[in-house]
Amino acid sequence: MEPMRLVQNEPPALHDRAMDNLRYIRETMERATPFTGISGLGEMAIGATALVACLIAARQPTFNLWLAVWLAEALISLLIAGWSMDRKARAVQMPLFSGSGRKAVFSLAPPVIAGGLLTIVLVRAGLPNAIPGVWLLLYGTGVITGGMFSVRAVPVMGLCFMLLGATALFSPPAFANWFMAVGFGGLHVLFGAIIVRKYGG
Amino acid sequence: MAKQSTAKQERKQDSDVNARAVTSKQKSAAPNLDRLIHERLRLGIISALAANESLTFSDLKNLMNTTDGNLSVHARKLEEAGYISCSKYFEGRLPKTEYKLTAAGRSALENYISHMESLIKQMRKT
Repeated sequence: MEPMRLVQNEPPALHDRAMDNLRYIRETMERATPFTGISGLGEMAIGATALVACLIAARQPTFNLWLAVWLAEALISLLIAGWSMDRKARAVQMPLFSGSGRKAVFSLAPPVIAGGLLTIVLVRAGLPNAIPGVWLLLYGTGVITGGMFSVRAVPVMGLCFMLLGATALFSPPAFANWFMAVGFGGLHVLFGAIIVRKYGG
Repeated sequence: MAKQSTAKQERKQDSDVNARAVTSKQKSAAPNLDRLIHERLRLGIISALAANESLTFSDLKNLMNTTDGNLSVHARKLEEAGYISCSKYFEGRLPKTEYKLTAAGRSALENYISHMESLIKQMRKT
């Protein structure tokens, strides 16, 4: 609550102009960021679906079913990411695939494709236990390079994914589901929330 | 012609402000207002670059919704002050100009923001 001001002639003008200048800076930055528009809410939604997927996957009796659950989750995440980024880009009236937005997508795609191919190789080689670690590691790589054009929280999240993936690779396979939950669930929700709080939406 | 006269006018304004700034500095401890980025379009360029790794001339032109001439005059002023850096290259046959915010530019924006904030705080107190 603002206390009632008694003197209200000359100072408020300066005060209003300072406020106006700050508002202008914020609006310009907002208009300029959507080039990199990562949606924090979208990320939180992806994290939430990943946690659900983790619960379902952990109950599957066979490895193939486990894999199928996660592939379905990957598809759902992709849809959520596309929809939420599009919505954010629209809200600020900026084309989604311009400037660094496009750069971000192009740098995330190669490691994800590499991850897909490595999954097939690892299944064939009879090393399914290595899959969670490899996924986390490669996803983190993509997020770091893609996030270079975005706010600082994004590459930091990528780094967390890489560290988690590296740890997962050298941990007993019994923890695999926990690593998946902490990574794709926890990190997404956490950094999504940070982005919502610090950068709005 | 019109463009030239506004630029001239501005230069005059700038020097006036500098003269005034010196006297006000002697009177109060308030930080000097950075006139270079106080101007709307220049403040916009700095803000847009603060939110991006780099932006091309046409990115900035679209964002600021301004003309080529206007943008290049103001961008050059910022470049001369060392607040932004500019590099030119060819993409195929198209010449591109890319701008980046320098460390000096970023701290100038931060100073400007804290200056505005302190102005607002001061008004709240009185």
